[in-house]
Amino acid sequence: MSLLEIKNLHVTVGGNEILKGIDLTVNAGEVHSIMGPNGSGKSTLAQVLARRDAYEVTEGSITFEGKDLLEMKPEEAACEGVFLAFQYPVEIPGIGNTYFLRSALNAIRKYHGEEEMDAMDFLPMFREKLKLLEMDDKLMNRSLNEGFSGGEKKRNEILQMAVLEPKLAILDETDSGLDIDALRIVANGVNSLRSKDRAMLVVTHYQRLLNYIVPDFVHVLVDGRIVRSGGKDLALELEEKGYGWTEKESLQPVGARS
Amino acid sequence: MRETAVAVAHIDSWLENFTEFEKKTAGRALPWLHRLREDAFARFCEVGFPTTKDEDWRFTNVSGIAKTLFRPAATVKLAPGDSAAWRVDDVAATLVFVNGRFERELSETSNLPKGVTVASLRERIESHPEEVQQHLGRYADTARDAFVALNTAFIGDGAYVRVARGVVVEAPIYLLYLSTKEGGATMTHPRNLIVAEDQAQFAVIEDYASVGGESVVLSNAVTELVAGESTVAQHYLIEREHLKAWNVSTLRIQQGRSANVTSHSLLLGGGLVRNNVHPVLAGEGGECLINGLYLGTGAQHLDNYMYVEHASPHCASRQFYNGILDGHSHGVFHGRIVVHKDAQKTDAKQTNRNLLLNDDAQIDTKPQLEIYADDVKCTHGATIGQIEENALFYLRSRGISEREAKKLLLLAFAEECVERMQSGVARQHIEHLVSEHLLFTEGIAPVSLEERVTERVVEEVG
Repeated sequence: MSLLEIKNLHVTVGGNEILKGIDLTVNAGEVHSIMGPNGSGKSTLAQVLARRDAYEVTEGSITFEGKDLLEMKPEEAACEGVFLAFQYPVEIPGIGNTYFLRSALNAIRKYHGEEEMDAMDFLPMFREKLKLLEMDDKLMNRSLNEGFSGGEKKRNEILQMAVLEPKLAILDETDSGLDIDALRIVANGVNSLRSKDRAMLVVTHYQRLLNYIVPDFVHVLVDGRIVRSGGKDLALELEEKGYGWTEKESLQPVGARS
Repeated sequence: MRETAVAVAHIDSWLENFTEFEKKTAGRALPWLHRLREDAFARFCEVGFPTTKDEDWRFTNVSGIAKTLFRPAATVKLAPGDSAAWRVDDVAATLVFVNGRFERELSETSNLPKGVTVASLRERIESHPEEVQQHLGRYADTARDAFVALNTAFIGDGAYVRVARGVVVEAPIYLLYLSTKEGGATMTHPRNLIVAEDQAQFAVIEDYASVGGESVVLSNAVTELVAGESTVAQHYLIEREHLKAWNVSTLRIQQGRSANVTSHSLLLGGGLVRNNVHPVLAGEGGECLINGLYLGTGAQHLDNYMYVEHASPHCASRQFYNGILDGHSHGVFHGRIVVHKDAQKTDAKQTNRNLLLNDDAQIDTKPQLEIYADDVKCTHGATIGQIEENALFYLRSRGISEREAKKLLLLAFAEECVERMQSGVARQHIEHLVSEHLLFTEGIAPVSLEERVTERVVEEVG
């Protein structure tokens, strides 16, 4: 059984069809990259997987470890092991970073019938993860993402992922707006979380991130359809030829990897 | 009694109440106090209760109070266990009032530092009338407000706090006002006088609550707080009476030169609540922070009437009120700032933020600036919104349930006000109350109002 199976997924937002029949299978241990021009539906796919309810699924199915993902609330999907690193992480004044993260971890533990983790056990583990992302623990005393720079916000997303240890991590344009140093730190964080039990879906506009997080598979999303799939070299080819190249070829879609 | 035009319904009942009261009240032999009460009663009879035609009462209808026949709340003895649940730890002193009367057995004033008096006003009137006379009734304006007039007419008991020059009281002074269940409608008029000399520092918590079930009650409290030069004072008001209670609280602050006073209000309970805060920055360089949080649910009506008077130059005032309104509750924020002619270099700011959790909930927010000086800085702003969808999704996407996520967001919104509270003891007490209260808020929990109230009564009895 595959970790994630998307079949013929059609999604509408406010009456406009954004995704027009996506098929994608992701197995544990694999890193897939979804590339595509702006407005192609990449973020929509990421948000649907995280179960944002603003999107209406009109056709198709998504299963996660054989369970119907579309039946899940966002918190259920998260507890089952789906994690979305947001393109635009939300600032929430008044909720402390550390408190929030421990609450999230404990919600997931509770869901699996595990005991909640107290502050004494949480903090040492948390400090390790902070080091991994080269983050200042002073940031953690602040409110969630409040006053964080763009790079700090993105690092915080990966930090959360490192703490929550999802089965499927979806990185939604995690590279956008990062300078090369921040990009390297984020990529190191992500790479250290690669494992045979964990799959990743790296959504990006540019090939740059994929120099650091090398994917097993690359899919090109254009106008709501996957028009090409291939290995990591596809990303380089895209970078060279531009998305226009795939758009021309989309008349003969290659289809999803089987 | 002077002859006056009468604007009050049930005037016979009021007159009878007043006559009876005057016969046995404290300090009845003191001419100045007698006159203060009589004048106030006459004033009340003259103006009567306000109506919604009155601009200051446009959003709050008190005809329910005007139509009701009240009698004074009975003297009730509570066993120490009955009020134990309400006790706050680590305070400098506790005064407990039951149905408006001081209860010595439930109170504790033995650990106060030298130079601090915390006593029943009734007793202080008897023992030190001249000291009380210096300030009582000099600030709260009976001409402006019928409720203040009524309270002044019925000055009987309440808290008396005096802090001598230069004395610092580390822990807050806790004043607890309990109303008990009675047959019929009853009223209390707690009157508090808080006087701090120069360079003093202290905090007072006024906490209004009910014990043993619901009956119609009017708690009409007036507090006069006098802060001497460079005094730093904190005042906390907590309203958590049951939903049949009408609560009108008036805090009148008189600030001396460079005095720094903060007023914090937390409105949780009460069916209809009017929270008047009226500081007068009378000395140069004074600072005033007015901070409040109101959490309405069911049919509650929570009205905050702020009236900040800048009467001297170089003073600063800050108002921050946050409201969360659920059910079909109705919140009001009226922020009036008056800058007098001589109050140059005034810096006044006002912010009112609201979250509406239900389509039937309502907020009226109204800034009102009257500026008679020409070199001042005054700003105001109000927001009305809902729980932000983005923030909610973000929390849920990390595994936190919708209910818990909403609670976290509401707590965070409330925390903006709570974190301005300087006293750790007061802040913890209030944080606890807010967090418990939000657990029961309708919009985030499928708990009916009846259940919620039952839950509270159990807690009260325990």
